[in-house]
Amino acid sequence: MSFITRGFSGRSRDRDERLPPGQTLVSDFPVLSAGPTPDIDTAEWEFTIRTESGEHRWNWDEFMALDIDDVSTDIHCVTHWSKLGTSWRGVSLDTLFADVETEQEYVMAHSYGGYTTNVPLDELLDGKAWVAFEFDGEPLDPEHGGPARLLVPHLYFWKSAKWVRGLEMMDQDDPGFWEQNGYHLHGDPWKEERYW
Amino acid sequence: MRPGWHVATVAATHRETPNAARLDLDVDGWPGNAAGQHLDVRLTAPDGYSATRSYSIASSGPTMRVVLAVDKLPDGEVSPFLVDEVRAGDMLEVHGPLGAFFVWRPGGAGSGSAGSAGAAGSDRVDARPVQLIAGGSGVVPLYAIAQAHADADDPAPFRLLYSARTPDDVYFADELRALAEASAPFRLDLVYSRRTPDGWPAPAGRITREALEAAVIPAADRPLVYVCGSTGFVERVADWLVGLGHDTRSIRTERYGGT
Repeated sequence: MSFITRGFSGRSRDRDERLPPGQTLVSDFPVLSAGPTPDIDTAEWEFTIRTESGEHRWNWDEFMALDIDDVSTDIHCVTHWSKLGTSWRGVSLDTLFADVETEQEYVMAHSYGGYTTNVPLDELLDGKAWVAFEFDGEPLDPEHGGPARLLVPHLYFWKSAKWVRGLEMMDQDDPGFWEQNGYHLHGDPWKEERYW
Repeated sequence: MRPGWHVATVAATHRETPNAARLDLDVDGWPGNAAGQHLDVRLTAPDGYSATRSYSIASSGPTMRVVLAVDKLPDGEVSPFLVDEVRAGDMLEVHGPLGAFFVWRPGGAGSGSAGSAGAAGSDRVDARPVQLIAGGSGVVPLYAIAQAHADADDPAPFRLLYSARTPDDVYFADELRALAEASAPFRLDLVYSRRTPDGWPAPAGRITREALEAAVIPAADRPLVYVCGSTGFVERVADWLVGLGHDTRSIRTERYGGT
């Protein structure tokens, strides 16, 4: 249905091919959260993966002893901003799932503060997702999800749950918090899967 | 109520503040919206280049008249166009209504606007007192909520704490004063960060924890709290609210990003 807006010329013609449709490049790091920023002490922090057969659990020190990846990636927020070439450090979900046996194909990520988001398991494995605790060489700021957040950069950034505390395996793709509140169940930025 | 693309015709535009414009849009096929929702505006240049931004809606209800109030951002690409260039008769593409969390509905379940998949328990929130806290242009969705409360003559106690730079920067100044006169219980508390009106009892300055505590509905009354403004404002205010004993699940926030 698109039509030309009278008088609009826009700013730039050098559109970066790494930008998905409807996205604008930003240099700062906007914050999107539904509520207050929780204050989480790494001494209290833990991360769990819960399956139909049991639970896997790491405290902060155990987590830091896992293999750590350096990740350089583009990130895309549903509110139309993208950042290119961001740098993170974190633990790959492949590492976390190495000893996890499950038949269940869907994941609900749970956060300190009560946030949830749903992602199919096969979108988290094979080098596609991390639990990240550093951004740009610094410990991750609380307002950006510190001490640790999920990082699933190939999906819109609300899937990269801030303040993540665990993953719960599910039989079906139940909607998480934003997914119940108008956002798309899947969230592929290249298909503009923003809203349902 | 699923969001979709619509053609909006600009019915009227005028200065809201020295830095902002109000746009009255007639949106063909708009399904109505709940107070607090937002929409996307897409502008397209002659060569096909397009830019899309999200804006909160200042109006609500089952009407195709949609009101925006847009703050002009320095170095912005879309907001200066909407504030300075757009005039009555222009057509814009809009997508919405969007968002089902940062909303308030009078009368609870069945009043009908927007999605049905809201947070569990939201059917009862209308019975609770509501505290609105706005920083700058963050007042736009909160004004929509306060106006919906007055239009419905809803009995829930409402307060709006609104931090503006100067008296000239107050959005919806006449409408907010009128709300204070309406029969639905509403109280407006203004604070000024740069310049106050003559004779104002408090000096200009950034809002403090003490001023916030004095002006908001106490945590003991279990208000539902909506906070909207810049990231810095929302982070500060939400931290104070938690410190004052407000349940984190009762605090809904919307942060205005950098673009």
